[in-house]
Amino acid sequence: MLVVLLLAGSVWLARVVSRDRFWRENASQLWRRRPIALITLALFVGIGLMDSIGWVGGGTPGDDDVAALRSRTLIDRLFQPERITESSYSAPLASVSFYGGQPLTHPGRHLLGTDILGRDVVYRTAKGVRVALLIGGFTSLIVIPIALLFGVSAGYFGKRIDDAVFFLMTVLASVPSLLLLIALVMVMGRGTLQVCVALGITGWVHFCRIARGETLKLREAEFVDAARALGVSDLTIIRRHVLPNIAHLIIITFALSFTGLVLAETILSYLGIGLEGSWGQMIDQARNELSRTPIIWWNLTGASLGLFALVLAVNMIADALRDIIDPRTRREGQ
Amino acid sequence: MTVLSADALLEVRGLQTWFPIRSGVLRRVNGAVRAVDGVDLTVYPGETLALVGESGCGKTTVGRTLLRLVEPTGGNIWFGGVNLTRLSRDAFRPYRQKMQIVMQDPGAALDPRLTVRDTIAEGMDAFGLGANAEQRTQRVADLMRRVSLDPELMWRYPHEFSGGQRQRISIARALAVEPVLLICDEATSALDVSIQAQILNLLGELKAERKLTYLFITHDLGVVRYFADRVAVMYLGRIVELGRTERVFAEPAHPYTKALLASIPSLDPERRGVKPMALGDVPSPSRPPSGCHFHPRCAVRLATCSRYDPPVMPLRDGFSRCVLTPDAEASQPDRADIAMATSSKSYSADGTTEPQP
Amino acid sequence: MSTPLLAVENLVLTFPGEGGRVAVVDKVSLAIGRGETLALVGESGCGKSLTALAIMRLLPKPGRIEASSRIEFDGRNLLELSVPEMRSIRGGAIGMIFQEPMTSLNPVTSVGQQVLEAVLLHEKVSRRAARERVIELFQMVGIPDPGARFGAYPHQLSGGLKQRVMIATAMAMRPRLLIADEPTTALDATIRAQILELLRQLSATTGTAVLLITHDFGVVNEIADRVAVMYAGMIVEEGTRRDLLGQPRHPYAQGLLKSIPRPEARGGRLEEIKGVVPRPGRWPPACRFAPRCPSAFDRCRAELPHRTEVSPSQGAWCHLVEYEVHA
Repeated sequence: MLVVLLLAGSVWLARVVSRDRFWRENASQLWRRRPIALITLALFVGIGLMDSIGWVGGGTPGDDDVAALRSRTLIDRLFQPERITESSYSAPLASVSFYGGQPLTHPGRHLLGTDILGRDVVYRTAKGVRVALLIGGFTSLIVIPIALLFGVSAGYFGKRIDDAVFFLMTVLASVPSLLLLIALVMVMGRGTLQVCVALGITGWVHFCRIARGETLKLREAEFVDAARALGVSDLTIIRRHVLPNIAHLIIITFALSFTGLVLAETILSYLGIGLEGSWGQMIDQARNELSRTPIIWWNLTGASLGLFALVLAVNMIADALRDIIDPRTRREGQ
Repeated sequence: MTVLSADALLEVRGLQTWFPIRSGVLRRVNGAVRAVDGVDLTVYPGETLALVGESGCGKTTVGRTLLRLVEPTGGNIWFGGVNLTRLSRDAFRPYRQKMQIVMQDPGAALDPRLTVRDTIAEGMDAFGLGANAEQRTQRVADLMRRVSLDPELMWRYPHEFSGGQRQRISIARALAVEPVLLICDEATSALDVSIQAQILNLLGELKAERKLTYLFITHDLGVVRYFADRVAVMYLGRIVELGRTERVFAEPAHPYTKALLASIPSLDPERRGVKPMALGDVPSPSRPPSGCHFHPRCAVRLATCSRYDPPVMPLRDGFSRCVLTPDAEASQPDRADIAMATSSKSYSADGTTEPQP
Repeated sequence: MSTPLLAVENLVLTFPGEGGRVAVVDKVSLAIGRGETLALVGESGCGKSLTALAIMRLLPKPGRIEASSRIEFDGRNLLELSVPEMRSIRGGAIGMIFQEPMTSLNPVTSVGQQVLEAVLLHEKVSRRAARERVIELFQMVGIPDPGARFGAYPHQLSGGLKQRVMIATAMAMRPRLLIADEPTTALDATIRAQILELLRQLSATTGTAVLLITHDFGVVNEIADRVAVMYAGMIVEEGTRRDLLGQPRHPYAQGLLKSIPRPEARGGRLEEIKGVVPRPGRWPPACRFAPRCPSAFDRCRAELPHRTEVSPSQGAWCHLVEYEVHA
């Protein structure tokens, strides 16, 4: 359901972007500069999507009733974890289990080995993709509208509204975000929605401040004055002049904070209150595994690779976006 | 109450726009920038009234206050007999259609993310002119042709045009709502001389065609002399002299006007030697000098000039706010009397303007 | 005529552009005699500011002075000097002032300190002697109460005063040439008059030559001895002040002067020059002004005009003028 929302959001975004001539001209630039990052991101999104489409039925014979009723996603069907789960650890591409040396059910097929419950690490990494994207995407879906609402109102209408929003922002910013995050999750419980909301509450201040700053600048712009002189109402001015001119900045900020959010969830998992099935959880488990001899490293590797690839891809895209946008605006100003 | 001229388009009395200076954490007000500090003006239909002065004199603020882009802190504005300052923002809105502005910086005055068509049509959308989008597009095309721009270009973005072309777009945008009064706020100051000539010619044509009235705000006295019917000279928030252009240039009454005129370099190779007549620098509008604002720089000041606000001395075609104005008719009469006498007598006597050729 | 103080010959400046390097200044030659004031006039985009920067070898990075150019100052080719030699000339024998005094001064140091540093850079004197020199300079440029003003910060000074400080800095080393790039454009009219008066006075008393870059003919009339008009990267007319303002010969110079609003033009149209200035890289093949010129004919579109001598002091780059003179 969340995914449907996200999909709807991205379709709307795609439509807005394709209509804006600026983006039409520059999308190809983005492709040219960072093809690998874009492909990586597309891959991740693909996996996340696959992991979101699931239905009940078609289980393996021998499942009990509960298992048969569980909805299984495309990723589940692809990997078929029930068939390939071992009893416990096994090294990557090994044919025997790590402790004890018993033969595996699927020797040589676990690219990154198996974890403590015998689950294939590649499978678990793939499952983590969806969680990571959810954290970044869904949270932003909550954060951006709220931050825009407060930030733009504060910047545009000024005076008391500005004072109130500023006060709110300062209060929230003075509480250490990590502690607030922990407290919120403790209070609300550990579900996906709750964690996203908690991340949203601690994260909107940054966005809001940027939106407010840009709006303040735009309010003094001569074309805004001209619009006021032409009798355009305030709301229309915001819709037509302010929002499009801060949209590019919001996009860049979104891309950059996406990674921050994913990493924040990792910390939460490390503390034991993150999302089920996330990479953070895998890293958390790795804590114990690393202290053993010989070291069990593949769990950590899987999660880290996933995290690294996603964060790097998004950051590079954000960087390229900023490069594309800035010189254009500079050139436009001539 | 002052007496208003019956045929005036715009009357301004005692206009004040003060900007509070706040400092400290609690943002307490501890002073004010007196951008506009008691301005009286009358603009007659069909004329071009120039408002000149140097930076910081408040002329741009006057323009913005008239359009209520910034709210006046005192005084009254009448437009066609209606007191605009008493109106709420909503009630004022229809008047926005009648008064438009063309601004100085053609780059900043156009939203870089809107096409030219959307920019020019913006006012039409706001006031509901034109039955549908197509009609509005048609009007945009007509307007573009009128300002010598190819209508094919209406789907382009401002950054693809030159400064002069952008200024034409601004003019088209202002004309789209069919205003009666056009405020040109340094509309040609940022343009090269040859482009300025093109734009001035355009403005002249439009004025005759559409029977417009111009309030032309500028610091360029050469343009004023060519373009304006009457001129008001501003210094530090006040009008120090007002009169017909020829008279003001030929026989300036106020010492500041004299200094300003003396500072214009001539183009005549036989005449050279601009002698600066105003000493020192322009003071800050947040701390204007006492009495007559110009007295610290004035070559002919008296002792009383630093103590009392200078009275409004009526002239044949306007007034001058200097005690030493020649042909002053009375010896220090009451200010209120002078204001009434000035407004009811001086302007209408000379008639409004000569018809444009 | 004695050897000029500054002789620029065939200056070509290029910048990267569409399809390789594009010339923005194309074979500009000018000469300034000792103590003379030459005004380089033109509208935006004609290349006048870049010419001034090139003389100081301060052209911004992607720009390049092409090898065919020659800039001779006091007998030496500036383009052949080493970097330290050029640096000692800048601020020393050649001083420069810019348009925006607001941005040319460091906001966190007092103005006196800044001029002091400039003095110490070029002369080996004690700090006390340098300080005295600075106060003397402040006096020379008409800054009231110079001793007190030494410690003032830029934001405490008005535009006019800041410009005086810039002039003081430029004049500190008694330069033989002062390059002034739109020195009064950002100033108010009454202040402008003061600064122009100052520049005229300084040039007369110290014998400094001045290269004045401007777009304002009024300023030209006030302080220039000779004038050169630039259009699209080249000089189209040059002559004395009287020549150019009294009887300009090149159609662009004529058009430019006619489009300045004058009281005599009241009630009528101003003369316009139709069209817009072509950008570097998009210059018309032959005479660059031809597309906008009311008197253009076939030869103008085929061949770039060279200099026609109208009088010993005046020259124009125009085929029409050539015909008129030789007719």
